[in-house]
Amino acid sequence: MTIPSEYYLILSAILFFIGIFGFFTRRNLISLLISTELMFNAVDINFAVFNAYSHTDYLEGYIFTLFGIGIAAAETAVAIAIIINVYRNMHTIHIKKLRELKH
Amino acid sequence: MQFCIFILILPLLSFLILGLCGSKMPHKLAGTIGTVSLSVVTILAYTVAVIYFGGGRGDEGTFPTLIPYDYTWLPFAGTLSIDMGILLDPISVMMLIVISTVSLMVHIYSLGYMKGERGFQRYYAFLSLFTFSMLGLVVATNIFQMYLFWELVGVSSYLLIGFYYTSPKAIAASKKAFIVTRFADLFFLIGILIYGYYTKTFSFSVNETMLMAASSMLPLSLGLMFVGGAGKSAMFPLHIWLPDAMEGPTPVSALIHAATMVVAGVYLVARLFPLFIGYAPDVLHIIAYVGAFTALYAAVVACVQTDIKRVLAFSTISQIAFMMVALGVCTSSNPHDGGLGYMASMFHLFTHAMFKGLLFLGAGAIIHAVHSNEKSNMGGLRKYMPITHITFLIACLAIAGIPPFSGFFSKDEILAACYNFSTTMGVFMSIIAAITAFYMFRLYNLIFWGKSHYEEELAAYNAREREEKPHKPHEAPFVMTLPLIILAVISSIAGFIPFGEFISSNGESYSIHLQPAVAIASITLAVASIAIATIMYRKGDSKITIYINTHLKGFIKAAYNRFYIDELWLFITKKIIFNGISRPIAWFDRNVIDGSLDKIASMTQKLSNHVRPMQSGNIQSYNIWFLSGALLLILILIYLA
Repeated sequence: MTIPSEYYLILSAILFFIGIFGFFTRRNLISLLISTELMFNAVDINFAVFNAYSHTDYLEGYIFTLFGIGIAAAETAVAIAIIINVYRNMHTIHIKKLRELKH
Repeated sequence: MQFCIFILILPLLSFLILGLCGSKMPHKLAGTIGTVSLSVVTILAYTVAVIYFGGGRGDEGTFPTLIPYDYTWLPFAGTLSIDMGILLDPISVMMLIVISTVSLMVHIYSLGYMKGERGFQRYYAFLSLFTFSMLGLVVATNIFQMYLFWELVGVSSYLLIGFYYTSPKAIAASKKAFIVTRFADLFFLIGILIYGYYTKTFSFSVNETMLMAASSMLPLSLGLMFVGGAGKSAMFPLHIWLPDAMEGPTPVSALIHAATMVVAGVYLVARLFPLFIGYAPDVLHIIAYVGAFTALYAAVVACVQTDIKRVLAFSTISQIAFMMVALGVCTSSNPHDGGLGYMASMFHLFTHAMFKGLLFLGAGAIIHAVHSNEKSNMGGLRKYMPITHITFLIACLAIAGIPPFSGFFSKDEILAACYNFSTTMGVFMSIIAAITAFYMFRLYNLIFWGKSHYEEELAAYNAREREEKPHKPHEAPFVMTLPLIILAVISSIAGFIPFGEFISSNGESYSIHLQPAVAIASITLAVASIAIATIMYRKGDSKITIYINTHLKGFIKAAYNRFYIDELWLFITKKIIFNGISRPIAWFDRNVIDGSLDKIASMTQKLSNHVRPMQSGNIQSYNIWFLSGALLLILILIYLA
């Protein structure tokens, strides 16, 4: 007996919207970063599931998932570096106080 | 004839040198540069004249028209182009002589008159510029070149009238002169453009077929060109600038506003004379009537002016009008049959330049001596200024038309031409000639005879009624009397030049013969007018003068105020044009054109104020916008699919 693909997809959608919810409601840059990671993972699950159920003869989905994980790790490192620099300059990482991009 | 280009180059060089480095030069050097270059120009001009007229007539019995220089400067479509060149024919050679002679006299005279003035070098620079432009005007090969130099003389006139730029009156006068002549030049330009459009050339010599094709438009274009000429030559009602132009230094008035620039309009009509005769004889007669009215108007006004330069200014207007009339009464190009006026006009232009230049220079010497323009500060000057007195008298006799002085001969030819045209015109002009004699001798008697203002003041001083000792009038220095003497000699003998041998309407030789009836009548009238003027003004105000002054009070006041033509112009421009046309246009411009653009700008700004808060700097709100946009797109995709 196999698990239907919808279960995976529902998990992925829930994960994705948790990420979005977190991204829009949290005020801490680090939390925002974590939320984006959740969204990445949701997307990665989607890739893997569709590869496994729809295109069993191919490997692109898995490989793209691995790519995604790798890129996400690099991007997180960059984001962390930016956040640290922001903290050094502004002495805060509260997003409501970082409004220098206005107008 | 290739050397004639130097006639133009030398004054231009002198202008550039004096204009660029004049301020660092001592006065003497600047004056010398200007005068020497002008002397050379005068010598060259006389050489050109001798060679040209000495070269004899061609096979057709006319002097050839020489064009030693002709460059295409701005080519337009087809045959239409603006050329620059030098054209020598009898009238332009004559004008070269007139301009260079009077200009040289004025240059010499100014060495004394302007001595020690601030801006002496600038004065000589402008004189050179003027001389250059005027010479360029007369040798123009085409109407457009003439127009360019025409504007240049306007500019130099403006600069010289406003020479005393610290005096508000001089500035106002220079602006008035420039605006009025420029207004007339607008019509001149339109006339030129019409001429160029229909004849396909700006040249003076157009072939017959082109002219025939354009013949319906020629009267219009020639008429418009005459309006330009009327502005420069101070024809009624565009004369208003000339009396005010007397605010400039007196030698400038002699050169520009008596002898040369103001006759440019006459020269223009003479230059286009073949076209006028061939295609627009009616316009020519309109010129005659305008001229006749102007002559009368200016002569009457001249009779009551108290500023001696104003009298001379109105006299100039009147005399130029005589030349215009002489051109206007021509009915054919044959001097024996209706074309006499052309020769008479050019003859009068020549003699008038000499004696009117002399009158102005004499007036300058008088003003130099008594430090005033008003006749009330003069009187009895003959004892103090003998040379000025004699030369002024000669000029007065010349303008009054007393033989053997030059004015008699030229004016007599004009009157003869008028009688040939119609008896009414002849009688009318004869009367004006008589008025001319009257006002000139009124002026002469008021200045040189009668009670001496100086002696009265001296007596008052001696009787201890006056604090300071009056300034004694003195004869002008030699540099100022020399030009007076030279011009007086020319004015005396110029009448005997066989002018018709050189210039006539069809170019063929024409020997001047006096018409006894006309000559005797005009001499009688002139002598009678002189006698009346002498009785009235020799010994101060006589009984007749007082009688006339009391009985014609209103008329004299109106004439003194130039019949309120200036006020009329001011009324038309300020009240009608400014209030009636300019203000509504300004309102339309400000409220409709500017207003609509301003509205668009302010609406954009308002809109942007509403949009601006979206850019709050809050990254999360940006993301919400982004997310909603993305969702919207997805929804659209779903529904479309």
